[in-house]
Amino acid sequence: MNWKAFLAMLARDAHVARRNIVALLFQTFLQPLMFVIIFGRVMVGSGYMPPAYKSLLLPGIMAICMVGTGIWAVAMPLIAEFQFTREIEDRLLAPMEISWLAVEKVVAGTLQALAAGLMVIPAAWLLLRPGVDLHVSHPFLFAGVAVLVALFSATGGLALGCSVPQNNIGLMFSLVVAPMIFFGCTYYPWSALQKFPVLQKAVLVNPLVYASEGLRATLVPQFPHLSLVAVLAALIFFNALLFTTGLRKFYGKAVS
Amino acid sequence: MLAGIRTVDLRKVYSSAPPAAAGTGGFSFVPGKAKGKGPKPPKPQIVALDGISLEIQPGEIFCLLGPNGAGKSTTVGVLTTRVRPTSGQAFIGEHDVWANQVAVKRLIGVVAQRPNLDFALTAREILAFHGAYFGLSSTERAKRAEELLERFKLKDRADQMVRGFSGGMMQRLSIARAMMHDPQVLFLDEPSAGLDPQTRLLLWEIVREYNRSGKTILLTTHNMEEADALCHRLAIIDHGRVIALGTPRELKASVPGGYLLRLRFGIQSPDLLQRLQSLSGVREVRAKDGTGADVYADRGGSLVAEVANLASAAGVELNDVHISEPSLENLFLHHTGRSLRE
Repeated sequence: MNWKAFLAMLARDAHVARRNIVALLFQTFLQPLMFVIIFGRVMVGSGYMPPAYKSLLLPGIMAICMVGTGIWAVAMPLIAEFQFTREIEDRLLAPMEISWLAVEKVVAGTLQALAAGLMVIPAAWLLLRPGVDLHVSHPFLFAGVAVLVALFSATGGLALGCSVPQNNIGLMFSLVVAPMIFFGCTYYPWSALQKFPVLQKAVLVNPLVYASEGLRATLVPQFPHLSLVAVLAALIFFNALLFTTGLRKFYGKAVS
Repeated sequence: MLAGIRTVDLRKVYSSAPPAAAGTGGFSFVPGKAKGKGPKPPKPQIVALDGISLEIQPGEIFCLLGPNGAGKSTTVGVLTTRVRPTSGQAFIGEHDVWANQVAVKRLIGVVAQRPNLDFALTAREILAFHGAYFGLSSTERAKRAEELLERFKLKDRADQMVRGFSGGMMQRLSIARAMMHDPQVLFLDEPSAGLDPQTRLLLWEIVREYNRSGKTILLTTHNMEEADALCHRLAIIDHGRVIALGTPRELKASVPGGYLLRLRFGIQSPDLLQRLQSLSGVREVRAKDGTGADVYADRGGSLVAEVANLASAAGVELNDVHISEPSLENLFLHHTGRSLRE
């Protein structure tokens, strides 16, 4: 394994991210923070939502931010670079096994998703305070869940980025990403679906459910949430599935 | 360490359109999936390479010449780890390309047919990051990037994003990037397509200079002049097969006579063709589409008057005459019956 080439590619991605930092920040945070303002402040402040909703909302917003960032950071460049600009070719010709380039993309996406997730906590706390009750009693467990969620976003980005043709990017967001967010227990806990038993079972195929519930279980355990064992097992399963699928598709795109 | 190139009976059959990034000549669509009931129709098979065997010596400038779709880019794709051959073997130096990809990638530099520069970076950064992928230290990277920017006349735009570069500038930067890690074997896929004459001459000069240090260069082109001016040896490729191989001089000498007169009559007859054949200096006459004839001869212009006399004596109108001097174009035509530009 050629670590020099691998690290040089990570440095390249970091360099590009740094150059586009303003656009990246807007893209990552604007929509979730507007949501925080409307649901966390306006709806709660005017009495339509109970004050406790602030704390319930925060892990869900964090999950949306992380998953959105990871998918965007990995999938969008892959779609463009393989199909339109072909700029990935230079890195495919670097003296390193081709599959490691996919691993590098996943590592870069995971790091970006983690950064986004960790920045949401103080930002949302500032916007929502007072009244946000965070109880991180097991910081290592929280860190583990956060890493798995970030990894899921990046492996999801790899699988999507190598499957979606360029002319269907819009469809990818409306058919995959949007339903995933709305049925991903981000704005409500999984237990809130109790009155809709079919839907409650159906959403379990959505990996974002485990991301939101996992963050809820480690940040605000006072609310009902899925068991952490189920969350960790599901996240590991989805990560493995998406990574192997993504890797296979990546190789298929890189070599004809 | 000098490295040559060897291929043994390479075949490549596509059962669907090659993916866009495989660098195999410009497909950029994703084929739709067949839907509906009943047995699926068999996938169309495209034979891109049909048994290519080549032996290119270290330090040689070798050219693959052929029309679009002949298999030139696919051959380059196989040799540069981007296209997996259906059968056969490819070697760079002593390394089997598909058994030892990483070692091969260290030895080669590739300029693809279409620009594939990193649009998120400036020209200098493109060179520097490329150097970093190949393990160059930061001082080496900076020094070498500076030299190449100077050499390729890109210094005044070195710190600008490449998005706004002209086609010629992108092409020059692509070649500079391929040379950044000082590869033993340089692949140039249609390097002068879209370049102005001045830049083309600069490119030729740079290629010759790079070759003088013992580097092997494989370039593809459908430009006869380029192949003639630049290559030590060349292979003419058509429909995935090598149809002629040798030095430009040998190949041109293999065309009967060397000169080609393409004639068009009002109507052409076997009798007329026979009379053409009997003119002095005519080596070969080929009928074409009922009204045309290709005459291979060892003289050009001086034959025209005799051809015209012969036509008027036979009561046939001579509508058009085109004379080509000995060239690789004639050679291609002689071997395939088609012009390179068709």
